Amino acid sequence: MSARLIPAPTELTQPYWDAAGRGELVMQFCPSCNQSTFPPRAHCPDCGSSELEWQAVSGRGTIYSYTIAHRPAHPVFADQCPMAIAVVELEEGPRLFSNIVGVELENVTVGMPVQVAFESIDDSDVVLPVFSPA
Amino acid sequence: MSLKGVAAAVGLGELAPTRYTGEASILDLLSEVATEAIEDAGFVKSDIDGLVVHPIGGIPGFVPATVAEYLGLQPTFAELVDLGGATGAGMVWRAAAAIQAGMCTSCLCLTGTRRRGPFTASSGKPAKSNDPSGRARARSITPKRDRSPQAEFDMPYGMLGANVGYAMLATRYTHEYGLTDTQRAKVAVDQRKNANANPQAIFHDQPLTTEDVLASEIICEPLHMLEIVMPSAGAAAVLVTSADRARDAKRPPAWLLGAGESVTHSSFAQAPALDATGVGIAARSAFGQAGIKPSDVGLASLYDCYTIMVLLTLEEAGFCPRGEAGAFVESHDLTYAGNFPVNTHGGQLSFGQPGMAGGMSHVTEAIRQIQGRGGARQVPNLELAYAHGNGGIIAEQAGLVFGVER
Repeated sequence: MSARLIPAPTELTQPYWDAAGRGELVMQFCPSCNQSTFPPRAHCPDCGSSELEWQAVSGRGTIYSYTIAHRPAHPVFADQCPMAIAVVELEEGPRLFSNIVGVELENVTVGMPVQVAFESIDDSDVVLPVFSPA
Repeated sequence: MSLKGVAAAVGLGELAPTRYTGEASILDLLSEVATEAIEDAGFVKSDIDGLVVHPIGGIPGFVPATVAEYLGLQPTFAELVDLGGATGAGMVWRAAAAIQAGMCTSCLCLTGTRRRGPFTASSGKPAKSNDPSGRARARSITPKRDRSPQAEFDMPYGMLGANVGYAMLATRYTHEYGLTDTQRAKVAVDQRKNANANPQAIFHDQPLTTEDVLASEIICEPLHMLEIVMPSAGAAAVLVTSADRARDAKRPPAWLLGAGESVTHSSFAQAPALDATGVGIAARSAFGQAGIKPSDVGLASLYDCYTIMVLLTLEEAGFCPRGEAGAFVESHDLTYAGNFPVNTHGGQLSFGQPGMAGGMSHVTEAIRQIQGRGGARQVPNLELAYAHGNGGIIAEQAGLVFGVER
């Protein structure tokens, strides 16, 4: 994939990026609340438990909202606009930002079912979860 | 317990927004509006024992102390407010709360920003490398210094700044309730008419039509360039004082009758549903403290970083039924002479957005109008005004009700 701002993982978040490198989307799961949480953190935002477990999620979701960005918000994206930036709501509940790829931009809609895909970022070792129409 | 009638705004200082500030420092700008606000109230500097400021680029810490020393103040209440566009409104109720708690009597709330030249992204320069084709190509870069979850999980996708988030807010709102480009443009056009009556507004001399808005470049779908605030430079000060001291002011007090605040998220991906935003939480609290209904208000001074934010605030704050904001602005004249005055200073869309002083401009305009000194744009017979601040991507909210009577 084209150039990006490269995420700088921490010890806490490294498992998320390691999993993406293996082609897996993982989220922290709280056994006591029986729910997934995102973005990663040390304690469950509901019950405060520190016993969060990394689990693979389905990678299936729907587009909560999106925009087609015609002007880059940072020069690094300059040669990629127009691009589809979206909030995806996963079947497991959490919402996350992503890009919608593998679709004509005019066909992107709110509510569109999407499936995770993985792309390597240029000039880096990082693999970024993105989404395509399911 | 509430803040009703505890304190009043009695003095204003405000610079007309400009595109750039030249060499004046931010401390110089704050000093200028602080002095203006004190004189405006008929107070003297020794009356001031409270100071509220916000984070300032280039001053890494100790901001209240730095500003206090520069202004020659030794406050007994010193506060730093960091609520983005809700900072100005958040400052004013904190000043009143400090007065109520006996921590100070007369408190300056200062906001401002300087801009030396055109905005460049945080990297400072585009990351380019020459590829074999000879064409300049973007290179991936690691953001420096930002260790927020957003830097790690949002920014890699191009989610930076505010345009992307508010465009998504507009997309989602349109999906749930329906909203047309023309309805959004109406907000910008009516507010421009207000700015045309405000000599301080940055777009004072420029008329604006619906066609102009819709013909402007689409930045992030569905938002056009002219639905987006233009960053500018400026500063604003509000002097808040106790009920006792308010009677000594040389101008009629704008009584603070109610306040509310809400912080719901930081990343737009974690924002609550459109019918459960912090906008509603803050507004209901403010109206509740004041003991009034939204329909009692004669001026709505609503944070307008984008047209969509005015529309969402109108319904979340209770000025119109849910999902009907588009139809509401179509059927109402939002100008100072209209049947539902909104952002009579022009809003930031037409007044300018001088950083935190942009959010404060909604507060200063509500106060100015309540004090009856709106000049050509004065709303007649105004008794109650609502000012709303909004920070981040609808993340931070603060609402204030001002009235002529305590």
